[in-house]
Amino acid sequence: MNERPRYGRLWGAIPIIIALGLWEVVARLKLLPGDMFFPPFTTVVRELYDLAATGVLAANFLPSLRRVLLGFASGAVAGILVGIAMGWKRQVDLAMGPIISLLYPIPALGWLPLLMIWIGINELLPVAIVFICSFFPICYTTTGGIKNVDRRYINAARSLGSSDFRILATVVFPLALPGIFTGLRLESGMAWRVIIAAEMVAIPSGIGALMMKSESLMRIDTIIACLMVLSIMCFLFERVFALLERKITAQWG
Amino acid sequence: MEVRPGELLVLLGPNGAGKTTLLNVIAGLVPYQGSVMFDGSSMDAVPARFRKIGYVFQDLVLFPHLDVGSNIAYGLRSYGTPKPEREQRVSELLHMLAIEHLSGHFPAKLSGGEKQRVALARALAPRPEILLLDEPFNSLDSQTSGFLRAELKHLQNDLGATTVFVTHDLSEAEELGDRIAIVKDGLVEQGMTKIGTASLKTGG
Repeated sequence: MNERPRYGRLWGAIPIIIALGLWEVVARLKLLPGDMFFPPFTTVVRELYDLAATGVLAANFLPSLRRVLLGFASGAVAGILVGIAMGWKRQVDLAMGPIISLLYPIPALGWLPLLMIWIGINELLPVAIVFICSFFPICYTTTGGIKNVDRRYINAARSLGSSDFRILATVVFPLALPGIFTGLRLESGMAWRVIIAAEMVAIPSGIGALMMKSESLMRIDTIIACLMVLSIMCFLFERVFALLERKITAQWG
Repeated sequence: MEVRPGELLVLLGPNGAGKTTLLNVIAGLVPYQGSVMFDGSSMDAVPARFRKIGYVFQDLVLFPHLDVGSNIAYGLRSYGTPKPEREQRVSELLHMLAIEHLSGHFPAKLSGGEKQRVALARALAPRPEILLLDEPFNSLDSQTSGFLRAELKHLQNDLGATTVFVTHDLSEAEELGDRIAIVKDGLVEQGMTKIGTASLKTGG
């Protein structure tokens, strides 16, 4: 029986509250050396509110969200499909494995210069970057998830008359889901980090671009507000996948 | 080694003797040399899924993501049994093994004895011609296993299923087997009936 202390969630909140309190105090008392402009937490919150109220937040957040959703969804679907093929069929694994191992380590942003030339600066560029950064890791974890399904379940299904394809669809794939969800959970946060970076460097709209504009205007409060939005989105996405996984595997023991 | 129609043959031997391997060979789940024949026809070219065997594995291997009813129905779906027949057959088995109350439950929540019954129901559902049981009562307490042993013997008699039962426990072998074959170091050494002795062919 898992025992969660009744005050579990509260414990997690306390360091955050303390940190925010410290932030406020340090900033208001101008305790940081030199000319480091450091807005207090409350100022940042007010800026966040202003951004939302004036529509600036939405104008930048929605493009970022759209790019993440499109890129991640397509990368995940492709990664899962290829991962299943590689995990299930040895020939596919032997054929695709080497090329995937070679391409996997290239950081998503490393593709940026190449894609900028091939695709140009348009909506496809950030989506392509997120696609690439999602595809490889999810393919990898899916392959692992499929391969790690206990062989005995496959034998049991075989003894019950099931064809190979049916075994894959009704036994192996479901049992690989926890592994696949882990990959989705981790990479969803990564997708946000990559999109922000891509927008800071190459794309004129989105949260990342807003951060760069704020930097040139010395609007630190805006920058921190954007970082908070990023952090919250990463957290939310990971939570959604964690919850989905728990829901699906709840009864499995 | 020879198994007669309708009989319960026990494979008795110490751990590591190769009893499970022998079951897997009969089931077609491992590659092997030599020959497996059912009713005089060779099964060697026939893959496991077409051999019409019911197999209760040593660790039961119930599908954790399916509830009891779906576990039992799994083989029926493989064979394409239409839904109404499937449901009827599943009810039949739930009743036969006295687990009707468990139908919507998941394997994770079942006791050892309950899992056993589900595993047996699952193996029996597609009406296999041969039933293979690999130390099914191994991990149960003696009361439950004694109870299930008696039930299994009953069931096997009623159904007339040709059964191969693996165990390392002599008393279990004597209680259940119509005949007993000793397996040691990968070989079937000798077979004997419970009353008197008669030798079976030896060989791997």
